[in-house]
Amino acid sequence: LNNAIKTSKYNIFTFLPLNLFEQFRRLANAYFLFLFCLQLIPQISSLSWFTTMVPLILVLAITAVKDASDDINRHNSDKQVNNRKVEVLLDGELRNEKWMTVQVGDIIKLENNQFVTADLLLLSSSEPLNLVYVETPPNNRLDKFKGALTVNQNTFSLDNDKLLLRGCTLRNTEWCFGLVIFGGPDTKLMQNSGKTTFKRTSIDHLMNVLVLSIFGFLASMCSALAIGNAVWEVKDGSTFTVFLPREKGANAALTSFLTFWSYVIVLNTVVPISLYVSVEIIRLGNSFFINWDRKMYYPKNDTPAQARTTTLNEELGQIKYIFSDKTGTLTQNIMAFNKCSINGKAYGKYFSCIFSFLQKTQRVDFSWNQLADPKFIFHDFSLVETVREGNQEANAFFRLLALCHTVMPEEKKEGELFYQAQSPDEGALVTAARNFGFVFRSRTPETITVVEMGQHVTYELLAVLDFNNVRKRMSVIVRGPDGKITLYCKGADTILYERLESSCAKLMNITTRHLNEYAGDGLRTLVLAYKDLDERYMKEWKQRHHLASIAMDGREEQLDELYEEIEKDLVLLGATAVEDKLQDGVPQTIEQLAKADIKIWVLTGDKQETAENIGYSCNMLREEMKEIFVVQRNRLSSRAVLACFGWRRKRLCRMRQTACMCQTVICCRVTPLQKAQVVQLVKKYKQAITLAIGDGANDVSMIKAAHIGVGISGQEGMQAVLSSDFSFGQFRYLQRLLLVHGRWSYLRMCKFLQYFFYKNFTFTFVHFWYAFFCGFSAQTVYDEWFITLYNLVYTALPVLGLSIFDQDVNDRWSFQYPQLYAPGQLNQYFNKKAFVRCMMHSCYSSIILFFIPWAAMYDTVRDDGKDIADYQSFALLAQTCLIIVVSAQLCLDTHYWTAVNQFFVWGSLAAYFAVTFTMYSNGMFLIFTSIFPFIGTARNSLNQPNVWLTILLASLLCILPVVAFRFIVIQLRPTINDKVRENMRKNQSIDWAFLNCCRSPAHNQGFFKFPPSGRSAERSFLLTCHPVRQEDTHSNEKYMHVHAHAETDGNTHTVCLYIHTHIA
Amino acid sequence: MGKDDTRAGPLVRRPDNSAFKQQRLPAWSPMLTASTVLPFFYLTALICMLLGVLLLLTVQSTQEIKVDYTEAGTCNICLQKRKNVTNGALPCSCTVVFSVEKAFRGNVFFYYGLRNFHQNLRRYMDSRDDAQTVGRAGNLKNPSTYCEPFRKDKNGLPIAPCGAVANSIFNDSFSLVYHGSTGGFVPVPLLRNGVTWYTDKNIKFRNPQKENLTLAQVFEGTAPPPYWQKPAYALDPSDSTNNGFINDDLIVWMREAAFPNFKKLYGVLFRANKPFTKGLPVGNYSIHINYNFPVQHFQGRKEVVLTTLTWFGGQNHFLAIAYLVTSSVTLLIAVGLTVVWWKFGRNGKNMEK
Repeated sequence: LNNAIKTSKYNIFTFLPLNLFEQFRRLANAYFLFLFCLQLIPQISSLSWFTTMVPLILVLAITAVKDASDDINRHNSDKQVNNRKVEVLLDGELRNEKWMTVQVGDIIKLENNQFVTADLLLLSSSEPLNLVYVETPPNNRLDKFKGALTVNQNTFSLDNDKLLLRGCTLRNTEWCFGLVIFGGPDTKLMQNSGKTTFKRTSIDHLMNVLVLSIFGFLASMCSALAIGNAVWEVKDGSTFTVFLPREKGANAALTSFLTFWSYVIVLNTVVPISLYVSVEIIRLGNSFFINWDRKMYYPKNDTPAQARTTTLNEELGQIKYIFSDKTGTLTQNIMAFNKCSINGKAYGKYFSCIFSFLQKTQRVDFSWNQLADPKFIFHDFSLVETVREGNQEANAFFRLLALCHTVMPEEKKEGELFYQAQSPDEGALVTAARNFGFVFRSRTPETITVVEMGQHVTYELLAVLDFNNVRKRMSVIVRGPDGKITLYCKGADTILYERLESSCAKLMNITTRHLNEYAGDGLRTLVLAYKDLDERYMKEWKQRHHLASIAMDGREEQLDELYEEIEKDLVLLGATAVEDKLQDGVPQTIEQLAKADIKIWVLTGDKQETAENIGYSCNMLREEMKEIFVVQRNRLSSRAVLACFGWRRKRLCRMRQTACMCQTVICCRVTPLQKAQVVQLVKKYKQAITLAIGDGANDVSMIKAAHIGVGISGQEGMQAVLSSDFSFGQFRYLQRLLLVHGRWSYLRMCKFLQYFFYKNFTFTFVHFWYAFFCGFSAQTVYDEWFITLYNLVYTALPVLGLSIFDQDVNDRWSFQYPQLYAPGQLNQYFNKKAFVRCMMHSCYSSIILFFIPWAAMYDTVRDDGKDIADYQSFALLAQTCLIIVVSAQLCLDTHYWTAVNQFFVWGSLAAYFAVTFTMYSNGMFLIFTSIFPFIGTARNSLNQPNVWLTILLASLLCILPVVAFRFIVIQLRPTINDKVRENMRKNQSIDWAFLNCCRSPAHNQGFFKFPPSGRSAERSFLLTCHPVRQEDTHSNEKYMHVHAHAETDGNTHTVCLYIHTHIA
Repeated sequence: MGKDDTRAGPLVRRPDNSAFKQQRLPAWSPMLTASTVLPFFYLTALICMLLGVLLLLTVQSTQEIKVDYTEAGTCNICLQKRKNVTNGALPCSCTVVFSVEKAFRGNVFFYYGLRNFHQNLRRYMDSRDDAQTVGRAGNLKNPSTYCEPFRKDKNGLPIAPCGAVANSIFNDSFSLVYHGSTGGFVPVPLLRNGVTWYTDKNIKFRNPQKENLTLAQVFEGTAPPPYWQKPAYALDPSDSTNNGFINDDLIVWMREAAFPNFKKLYGVLFRANKPFTKGLPVGNYSIHINYNFPVQHFQGRKEVVLTTLTWFGGQNHFLAIAYLVTSSVTLLIAVGLTVVWWKFGRNGKNMEK
C-alpha cells in the first residue's frame, strides 16, 4: 500500500470516450445526438448534418475543454504532491524518497513547515515532551480515530491525539518522527474529499420542467404538422406525383410519419442546446463579479469575497430566510473577559465597546504582574485586591481558569507568553487568569505549570475530560504540589447545575441571578466548579478509564459513563462572563435585510437571555415589536438530548406556523445538528429559499443543509468556509451579496431565460407557419447556415452581454430601496406564467415575421422585373427580419448600455451581414458548390427598396406593441423597479457636490468628493440608511442626512454624512 | 490568481479597482418615459403615413393585367387533351384574347404564372444538382443522388439537367399579337433574354466545357429529363448561347418559388419599333399559346401577367396598405398612451411609494 494519490479522472486515452460518455448523459446533449442520427436517414433528413452537428460539437468542445483543463490541473497537483520529497528511515538511515513511494509501516521524519505526508502515528518530536504543533487541514470529520498499539503484550490506546493527519502542516516544531498508518487513498483526507453533493437552484428545477414541457410541445407541434402533411398528401400530394414521384413504397401514412421526424429536426431549436452552456457562462461571470468586489473585501485579514460555488448565483436574489449563527458571525468572536461572579460576589463593570476608549483612566493597572498581557482590559479594582489578599475562592477561581483548558502556550522569549487557543472564549479566560496572577506557563501531557502570584507551581495532570457539544463542559483532574487531587470543571450553567453538591443551593441562587444579569448584557457565561477527589478512588477510576480508553467497542459510551460518574457533587465556585463584541455594521445590515422582507433566524448555542439581548443590540428585536413569543424549553439533562430531539421536532412542526409568521426568530441552545434540522424544516414546509451563514465547524451542517451556505472566514478556522458556497470576511457584506449581487444575478438570469426562449421560439415558429404553404414537407424557412449560426454566432454575444452586465438600478439605489429585493423572493421575474407569456409573445412575433414578408413578397418582383419571390430571397428576407427584430427586442430589454453591450449588439448584426454576404458569394459557391447554393441572393435582394420596407414594417409591428404595453404598465401599475428607476433618473440631476463629514465624537471635519459618475477613490461609501431630507430655511439648499459607512484602506469608520445638495 | 502571487503586502488579495470589475462601467440607462415614447409613436405614425401614401401612389402608377388561360378561349380543348396522358406528346396550341383599356407606359414585363404548383416541397427543391448545372464534368455524367428519381433514365444514362425541378420545367410558349387599330395584326416583340439574375446566368449556371467540342458533343452520353421534348443543348435553336444549362427559361425555372402561387418572367417588351416605343397601346391583344404544361392533375391554374414596374417593383398593394394601417393604428395607440399618461402618469402619483 503506497502513498500515491490519484484525483484525476481521465488520462490521454480515456479522456475522449469517458468525457463524451459523461456529456451525453445530459438530456440536451443526448437529444442532439439523437437528432443527428435522425438526420443521417435520408428520407427524414430535413436539414443538413451540420445544422445540429456544428452547435453540438461546439457545445461539447467548450465543455470538454473546461473538463480537460480541470483534469490537467488535477494531474499536475497529483504529480506535484506525489513527487514531494520526504525523509524515510530505511535500514537505519534517513533517505530522501518521493511521497508516492512511502509505504504503510514506514517511519518518516518531518521538518518544520512541511506537509504531513500521510496519516502518521506520532513517535517523537523535537519539542519538549513530544508535543507537535500542526496547522489543521480543511475538514471537519477527521476527529475520530480508534486504534490500539500492542508492544510487548502491552496494549496502549491510540486516538486522535496521537495522530498526524495528511494535509496538515507542521508548525513551530523542528522535526518529528511518525509511523505511516494510512497512505494515499486511505488517508482521512482522501476519504473525506470528493463526495460533494451538488446544490441546484430553483431556476435549474424550473428550467428542467420547462425543457421537458418544451419536448411535449415540440411533439404536439410535430404531430399537428404530420397530420397536416397526411391531409395534404391525400388531397394535393397524390396529384403532384407527376412532377415528384413518391419514394418507393411510400404512401400518405408513411410520408406523414417521416414528416413527423423531419419536423422534429426542423423545429429542434425550441429545445435550446446552448441554454445550459450559456447559463453556466452567465453564472461564472456573475461569480467573478462577486470575487472582484472591493466592497466585500475585508482588509483586516486580507479576505476578498469568494464565490466558491459558481452555480447558485441567481438564488442569492431569492432568499426568504436567513439562518445565522451568532458567535463569530454577528459578533467578532474576539472575547474579552468582562465580569465574573466569585462565591456570590459580582465583579466587573460593563462598558460597551463604544465608550471603552473614553474610559482609559479607569482601567485596572496590572503592572504589578510582569507576565500580564498588556492588552487585557478590566474595570474593577476590587477584584484585583480580593485576589491579592489571597481570598481562597478567588484563588481557586483563577486557578481553575489557569488549569482547565486546552490552550497551548508559546514562549519564544522568556516572559513573552502567547496563547494558542482553539476557541477565543478559552483564550480570554486563560488570559484573565494570567493577568490576575495565575499565569499558565507551560504544559506537558502529564503536567501543567502555573505561576501563581509569582510562584512556580507544577500540577500533575491526571486526566482531561474533553469538551464536546453534548457534554457542554470540560474537566481536568490534577494533583497539586501538596498531593491533593482536585477535579476542576467549567461548563454551561444548565449542565453544571445538575451536578452540584446540594449544599451549594444558596450560592447557586445568587450566581443564577448574576448569570441572568450577564446574559441580559449579552455576555457569554460559563459556570465553574471543583471537587476534591480521594486518592484511592482516583486510582481505581484511572484504571477503568485506561481500560475504557483502549476498548475497541463502545469506547465513547464507556468514557462518557466514566466522566458522568466522576463529574458529580461538584462545589460551585462562580461564573465568568465574556463579552463578544458585535461586528461592524451588523444592526444596519439586519435592518436592511428586514426591509427586504428577509426573515432572519438566529440559531445559537447561547442562553436565551444572551441571545435575546444580542437580538436587541443588533436591531433584530425592537421595542415596538409587541408580541415576542418566548418558547421556553424544558431544562433537560444532557442524557435526554436524544429524547429532546423528538420532542423538539414535534413541537417545531406546531411551532413553525407561528415561527414563520414572525419577522425574527431566535433559537437558543441549539446543537449543530438541530441547526441543520431547523433549516431543513423551513425548507420543507415553507418551500422558501434559505441561506445559512456561519463561521465555525458547528455551522457546517446548517451551511450544507440550506440552499445557500455562506461562510465567514473569521477566528474559528476554515471549516465553515470550506463547506460554504460563498464566503467573505464580515457579516455586513451579506447585504451586498444579497441586495446587490444576488438581485442582479437573479434579474440577469431571468432576463436571459426570457429573452433566450423568446428568440428561439420566434425563430422556430416561423417554420410552423411556413408549413401551411409548403405542403407540410418540412421545408425550412431559413438558409441552413443561418439555422446553424443563429444561436452560436448571431445572437450569442448580445444576450450574454445583457445577462452579464445588465443592472436595472445601481448598487447605491439597491441599498436605498431594499424592497427591490421582494420580486425575487416571490419568483416574479421568471416563472411558468412568464414562460407562457413569452411563448405567446414569440407566437405573435413569428406571425408578423412570416406573414408580413409573405404578403409583401408573394406577388412582387424586383425593380427590373426579375424574381424576388423565390425561395432563397424569401429565406434571406425572413431571416434578416428575424435577426433585426430579436436584436431590437434585446435592446428593449437592456437597461444598462455599456460599451460592451453596444459592441456586442452592433457587432453581431454586422457579423450577420458579413457572414451572409460571404456565404452567398461567388467564391464560396464555386469552392463548395452544394454547401452554399444561395449564391447571389444577398446581392440581388438586399438592394431592393421593397425588401427593406418589408423589414422596417415587420420590425415596427414587432416592437411597437411591446413598447406601448411596457409604457402603459409603467404609467398605470409601475413595479417597484420602475419607481426606483424613475426616482434615480430624476435624482441624477442633483449635484452631489460635497459631503461634509463629521466624525463623532471629535467632530473631525473633512470634505469628501462624491461625484455621481464616481471613478475617484472616494467612492467607497456604503450608504446604509435612508437619507432624511432636511430643509434649510436660510437658503434654498436642502440637506440630506445620511448615515454612511466609510471604508478607507484598512480602517472602517461609522460616520454620518451631511450631503450638501441642490435639489432641482 | 496567478498575478496576485507576485504582489506583496498586507492587501495582496484586494481586488482591482477597475470600473469593469466593480461593475461601474459607464453606461446609458434609457427609460420608457413619456417624453421619449409619445413623440416616438407620433413620429412613427407620421413616417408610416408618408411611406404609405408614397407607396400607394407608386403602386397606383403601375398597370397590370392577369389573364388566366387555363381553360379560357380555345385552351379548353388543350386542357382536355392534356388530361389524357397518352396525348402528352401531341402538340396543342390555342389562343386567348384580351383587351388593354389603358395604355401601358414604359417597360412592360411578360410573366407566366402558376397557381397551386408547389415548387417549395422539400424533396422537390432538393432534387437538383448545382454541381452539374455549374458545369462540373464529373457531375454531368454522374449526377448527385439528390436528383433521384430523375438521376438516370431507363437506359441508365445520366440525365442532364437532372432532378425533379429541371424535369418539371414549364414548357408552354407564348407569342403576343396586337390587334392594331387599323385592323392588322402586329406581333408584339418580346426580349427573351436578360430575364435571369446576373449571378445565376454567369456564375451559378455554366455549361460543361471540353476543348474543341460542341455543346451537343459534350452532352453526349446524357439523356434529357423524361418530360423534355428537346435535349438541353438544343433548347433554343435561334440562339446558340442560350443552350445547355445557361438557357434563360431553365435558369428562371430553377430559381424555385417560395410559395405555391408564383409568376416567372418570360420576356420584356422590345420597344424599338412602333407602335410599342412607349409601351403597350390601347387595344385588343391575343396570346398564342403552345399549350404543353399539364395542370389539371393538381387543380392548378396557369396565367399570363403583363405589368409595368416602378422602383418599388410590381403592382403589390400590400405594403402600401399595411403602412397606412400601421400608421393609423400607431396613431390610435399614441393617442391612447397620451390619455393614459395624462390621466395617470403625469402627476407621478403612481410613481410614489
